Order: sequence, then structure tokens, then C-alpha cells
Amino acid sequence: MRQKSFLGRFRESQLFWPLVAWVIILIFNAFVDPSFFKIGIMPDPVYGNHLYGNLIDVFNNGAPLILVAIGMTMVIATGGIDLSVGAVIAISAAMGAVLINPALGNKLISNEILTKDATNTPLAIIILADLAAGTLCGLWNGFLVSRVRIQPMVATLILMVAGRGIAQLITNGQIMTIYYTPYFWFGNGYILGLPVSIYIVAVVLLLGWLLVRKTPIGLFIESVGINAKATYYSGINEQNVKLLAYAFCGFCGAIAGLILSSYVHSADGNNNGLYYELDAILSVVIGGTLMTGGRFSMLASAIGAVVIWTFTVTIYSLGVPANALLAAKAVLVLVVILLYSDYSRRLINRLFERRRGIRHDTAIPRDTAS
Amino acid sequence: MIQQSHVTQQAKLFFFRYGPLLLTFAVFLAVYFTGGRLYPVMQKPQVFFNLFINDGSLLLVSIGMTLVILTGGIDLSVGGMIALVSTASAALLRSGASPYLVIPLMIIIGVAFGALMGWIIQTLKVQPFIATLMGLFFARGMAYIISLTSVTIKDAFYKKIALTPIYIPFIPKAYIYPTTLVGPIMLLVAIYLCFFTRFGRTIYAMGNNEQSALLMGLSVPRTKIMVYAFSGLCSALGGIVFSMSLLAGYGQFATGMELDAIAAVVIGGTSLSGGIGNVFGTLFGVLIHGTIVSILQFNGTLSSWWTRIGVGVLTLIAIGIQSVFYIRKKHS
Repeated sequence: MRQKSFLGRFRESQLFWPLVAWVIILIFNAFVDPSFFKIGIMPDPVYGNHLYGNLIDVFNNGAPLILVAIGMTMVIATGGIDLSVGAVIAISAAMGAVLINPALGNKLISNEILTKDATNTPLAIIILADLAAGTLCGLWNGFLVSRVRIQPMVATLILMVAGRGIAQLITNGQIMTIYYTPYFWFGNGYILGLPVSIYIVAVVLLLGWLLVRKTPIGLFIESVGINAKATYYSGINEQNVKLLAYAFCGFCGAIAGLILSSYVHSADGNNNGLYYELDAILSVVIGGTLMTGGRFSMLASAIGAVVIWTFTVTIYSLGVPANALLAAKAVLVLVVILLYSDYSRRLINRLFERRRGIRHDTAIPRDTAS
Repeated sequence: MIQQSHVTQQAKLFFFRYGPLLLTFAVFLAVYFTGGRLYPVMQKPQVFFNLFINDGSLLLVSIGMTLVILTGGIDLSVGGMIALVSTASAALLRSGASPYLVIPLMIIIGVAFGALMGWIIQTLKVQPFIATLMGLFFARGMAYIISLTSVTIKDAFYKKIALTPIYIPFIPKAYIYPTTLVGPIMLLVAIYLCFFTRFGRTIYAMGNNEQSALLMGLSVPRTKIMVYAFSGLCSALGGIVFSMSLLAGYGQFATGMELDAIAAVVIGGTSLSGGIGNVFGTLFGVLIHGTIVSILQFNGTLSSWWTRIGVGVLTLIAIGIQSVFYIRKKHS
């Protein structure tokens, strides 16, 4: 077997196509609006000097989507799907807002108390409750899929429909505004000039990478996605693998909810994380993980999410109204569909081969991604 | 003795075949009568007809969705289509177009849109989920591009249809609107298509096993495109009914209706893996949804989010019932 060059390996890795998509959008920006790349330093009385610019915004605002996409990758790799992530985001945001509410436990509720920059619950408990709520939702999904053996799409549809109701139940149907400043740090704070959310994403990505590449769990997930029955017969508890994947997805959704509610300073059961499940699935598709399960790459999905957010920010900076963004996103989906369809892939591969004059032997694609 | 066992076997077969449907029907009756006991106002016959009036477009959309789900696919674009059709027709009527031109045009748009998505799914081998998701984004986005705000309809023809009640014979003070009839008519059309045509049999065959349907020589590609076109037709009709009943068009209309429709289809006993279920069950799925909404309205103190929780719980129960039945069926 011929030893492939670094470039050849890179072209076959899952990261290649999402990066190509990202570069295309960036090149488009370079021509249309070069100020897109401008990064400046902004003094900030609260968090110190920090960087600002469109590219920073992409990562800061896109952090919840990247997190959700990472979780979704794991679920899709087991051959499932999680439609409930948007609802999980809403539930986790609602949980945080209710616990922060300084009027909690107070009998006398006045506007003054409600808008106070204080809380009766320690911040650590709030965060833990947020994460626990999301993970619990994930466990519920995982329980339905792995133990009750309901199709993933239907099982998570239940929480998708009911979840927003639950979120509204928690906040009592109101849009809760958060006034507690330490909570804002997750969505608006900066460490060494970079947004906190970037660090959170990096930590989750690292944890995920350690989990799936340094332990056998990644292999288990892939084998469940390829053939659950065969996995079971080879002595792996495929039920627990699925449960873990859904719980991880719920956990990621919870962190996303935390960042999102901290960023917008409020929790709204109806609109927090609306359409996030769709965007997350789209990120995973852009990242090249097959919807049927099997080989997966969390980093590729994260890049997919970055592609979506770069696209979004680009559209905004072109001056397209926010609501018309949906139509632009549809065009993006169409392009992705066309790029990934077998027909165009064959065409592109043939072009590559003709130019190099090499006929690739059908080797198993090497996985260089995490 | 033999006779009796034959009868029991027949009964058993009947029960297994129609069990989920009967149970859906029973759940509907139970929910409705519980509502009637709790709130005596609900015993009025008009409340029953209101279910059809209020959920007219949901019924239409769910009928199309049922056929799509029977083939093993899914159509997420229905809510977006309603928004697009209502906004586009409102904008056209505002600029002075004749309603006799607008309505056929909207239907053509719906069918063409559905057929295009079907073509993408069939030819480019894209997952229905992704392709119709694109449809949802596109339709809703187009609706916002047409108008960012709500457009009211002042057309005389639309107003006349929207405000003329049809009184039900033999039942005093019970009425429906002409737009209410569209749903039941499409239901009959769908029942005819499902059970009496080659198209319908191909749908069931595809849903059970697409590969073997193809090997049997059934026209799978054509049927798939036609099913999505039919769903497009249903959602375009749903959009027209929606805009007629509200006399307005807006991009935010019918947000999340695709979920309500899928839930109604599942509650109605159709399996999301395809091939099992029928349109008749969907009718009861929609009626159950409407009943929950009206119970909440009559209660007044319960808030609207209980609708979502209620629908979620009922979907769970419906799936539980289905899995019990189908596991039994496989064993027997």
C-alpha cells in the first residue's frame, strides 16, 4: 500500500470538507467585506481589555451551537438522533433563572427584590442544577431509546414537544430576566482577552476527545452505530453506550443553555434555543458524520457549527434582516446537500485523481480527527 | 368448538389490526367526556364542531404528513408552507390580485414545492429530514422576505368565506364555516388514495420495505415524489384555510405546527418507521389535540404550556401502545 502524503491524508480526513466550506465563506467575506476580519482591542471596565471583532463574535455567539453539535455528534454516531436539544437548552436556562431569582423563598415579592443584583442560591449550586437538569433530560431520552427501545426520533420528539412546556412550567410561563452579574460571566466574560465561552467549548471538546479517543468508548459508539446487534453479541453493553451518548448530549445542551441564558440575560421557555436542534444536526451533517451512524468526528462537527455561525454573521453584516436569514440558511443547506451527494463527490474525486494521475486504492480511510 | 375458536381468532385478528385505531378512538372519547364532565359547557354540540373549525389547518397538514410518514419519510416543511402561503396570498390580495387567481396559484406553489423536495430526496438520496428541513427554512424565510410584518386581508371574497356560517341540520345552533369542510374532504380523498388506488398500495409497500417494493416493480421513485407533492398540496390548502380564518398572513404563523402534526399522526396510531397506520387514526389524533386545547381554554386557570406537556405525554402513551401491539403481532 502506498504511503499517502500528508495532503492526501488530510483530504480523506473528515475535517477536510467542513474546512473547505469555512474557507469558502471566509474568502467570500474577504472580497465583499474585508472589515469582517478586523479584530481590535476594547477596554472593558468589568472584564479588562479584550478582543472584539466579527471573528471573535462567531466563536462567542456560536459557542452554544458548537457545544450542542458536539453532543449531537455522539448521539448520531450511535445511529440515533436527538431532537430535544433546543428544549433542553430552554429547560436548563429556565432552571438557572429560577434559582437565581432573589425572590425565591421570599414571601414578599416586590419589583425591587426581583431586579436586585443578588441571589439566595450559591452560584455553584445554580450551575450544578443547570447541568443536572440537562443531563437528566439526556438520561430520559437515553432510557427511552436504550431500555424501552423506542426509535430515537420519536423518543426525543416527546421531550422536544413537552420540554418547552416544562421550561415554561419552571419559569411559570414568564420570560425571566436575570439581574445577577456574576452569572453573566459565562456568556460575556473574558479570560486573557478571549471570551469565556471559547474556553468552555475547548474544555468540553478536550473532555470529549479524551473520552472517545483515549478510552474504548469511542470504538463502542462507532460499533453500536454500525451494527447494534453485532455489538451486543460481541459482549458490549450497547444499551449503556447509547445511554451515555444521550446523557452526554443532554449535558452539552445544558452547558449551551447556561451560556445562552447568561449571554442574553434572560430565560424564555418558548424561544431559548429555538431551531437549535436543526442547526446542530446540520452542523453534524456538514462535519461529515453520517446520519446512519458509525465513524464520527466531534471536531469536524464543531467546525460545521462554526461554518453555520460564520455564515450567519456574514449574512447579518451584509444587512439582510434577521428573519430572512432562514431563507439564506436554506440555500446553505441546499449547497451542503449538493456537495455531499454521491454524484458530486464522485465528480470531485475524479477531478482530483485525474490531475494527480494516481488511482487511489480502496484503503480504509484513516481517522485523524478527534 | 371449532366455530368458536374461529370466531375468537377472527376477533383477535381484528383486534390486532385495528387495536391502535380503536384505542386512539377510545382515548379521544375518554378525553372528551372527561372534559364534558369537568366543564358542562363542553357538552354543547358546538364545542365538537369547534374542534374542526380551530384545527382545520392542522387536520389538513396532518393528512399529508400521514402519507409521508407511511412511506417512512417525514415532512418538516408544513408549518413553513402555511406561513409562506398565508403571507404570499395576503400580499397578492393586497396588491389587488383576484382571489380566483391567488388560490390556484398557491396550490400550484405548494404542489411544486413538495414535488421539488421529493425530487431532492429521491434523486440526490438525501435524508427526508434534512431535505424538508431546508424546505422549512426556505418557506419561512421567503414569508419574511415578502413581509416582515403581519399582512391583513381585506378581500371581499375571503371575508365572505371566512364569516359565512353553515348551520348543521338537525342540531340547533351548531355551525361550521366553509373552510372547515376542506379538511374532511381531503380526508376522504386521502382515504380513497390510500385504500383504493395503486398509489396507496405502493405507499404501504414502500413503508414496509422500500427495497422489496422496488424489486416488485413498483414505481417507488414516482410515488415518493408524488407523496411529497401531496403533502405540499395539503399544507398549501392548510395555509389558505389558515389565512382565511385569521384574515391575515404572517411569517410567524403556525410555528411548530410540524411537531403538532407529527404528534397527531403518531397518536393516531401511525408508526414513524412507515408502513403501518392509516389516515383515519390521524383524524382522531388531531381531535385529541383540539380537545386538550379546548379543555385548557374552558379551565382558564391552566396555562397554555400544559398543551405541549399533554401532547407529549399522549405521544408517549401512543408509542407505548403501538410497541406493545406490534411486538405481539410479530410474535403471533
